[in-house]
Amino acid sequence: MTLSEIKELLKADLIVGEHKLEMVLQAGAGSDLMSDLLRGPKDGVVVLSGLNTLQVIRTAVIAGVAAVVLVRGKRPEPEMIAQARAHDLPLLSTPFTMFTACGRLFRQGLRGVEQKLSE
Amino acid sequence: MPHLTKSFAIKARDYIRGGDVSIQIQGLLKTIGFDAALIRRASVCAYEAEMNVVMHGGDGTVTLTVDTDGIVIDVKDEGPGIENIELALQEGYSTASEEQRELGFGAGMGLPNIQKNADGLEIESEKGEGAHVKIVFKLRSNGG
Repeated sequence: MTLSEIKELLKADLIVGEHKLEMVLQAGAGSDLMSDLLRGPKDGVVVLSGLNTLQVIRTAVIAGVAAVVLVRGKRPEPEMIAQARAHDLPLLSTPFTMFTACGRLFRQGLRGVEQKLSE
Repeated sequence: MPHLTKSFAIKARDYIRGGDVSIQIQGLLKTIGFDAALIRRASVCAYEAEMNVVMHGGDGTVTLTVDTDGIVIDVKDEGPGIENIELALQEGYSTASEEQRELGFGAGMGLPNIQKNADGLEIESEKGEGAHVKIVFKLRSNGG
């Protein structure tokens, strides 16, 4: 699933990553727990999170996450945007809740990280 | 493989800057040209250890050493120390505050995750004496 498709499905604002809209995401993960994101490789993974802090961006960069979507319409602080831009990490904001946002992506074929690992 | 030693300061309870040192370490390891899986393991360990100092420790330092044997991430802080290292290594054991949990940390996964990702982990600490965490990654003959 491309970043562009994710943006459409989630009716999301693209805050960082205009030039990466054609990037293909292999799997998705939803978590507010940074410790969970730090377990296992996250290459090609889009992460949905309700946590709107700088640590989401830093954790994503460290874990190798491919894109971050903030749920429930959360708007990132300027410093988060600057960090995402500095690390070329696409950052989106969707009005949907975590459950609904994950469901909308899953229904269209995006699978969880455990699916990716078992393939 | 170039030899490198570089130290970074960590400030306790600085949740704004917390993690920045590990991002710098990740950048250095990328510049040196290690393989992506090793960089990820080392960066994750550095980040877990750095956030431990930010959350639980006092001010501290991280020293990154790279040589022909591998990568060493050495973290020292002047905080209250780890009272029971065996307990701290158990998944789910945490002394984090509500504020720290709200930041997405403090699930008791930090040290166990370091242990899982590193080739070697040494922890020296006594109550009131700070903590010293040494994390080792060995370079293998196939290049790591």
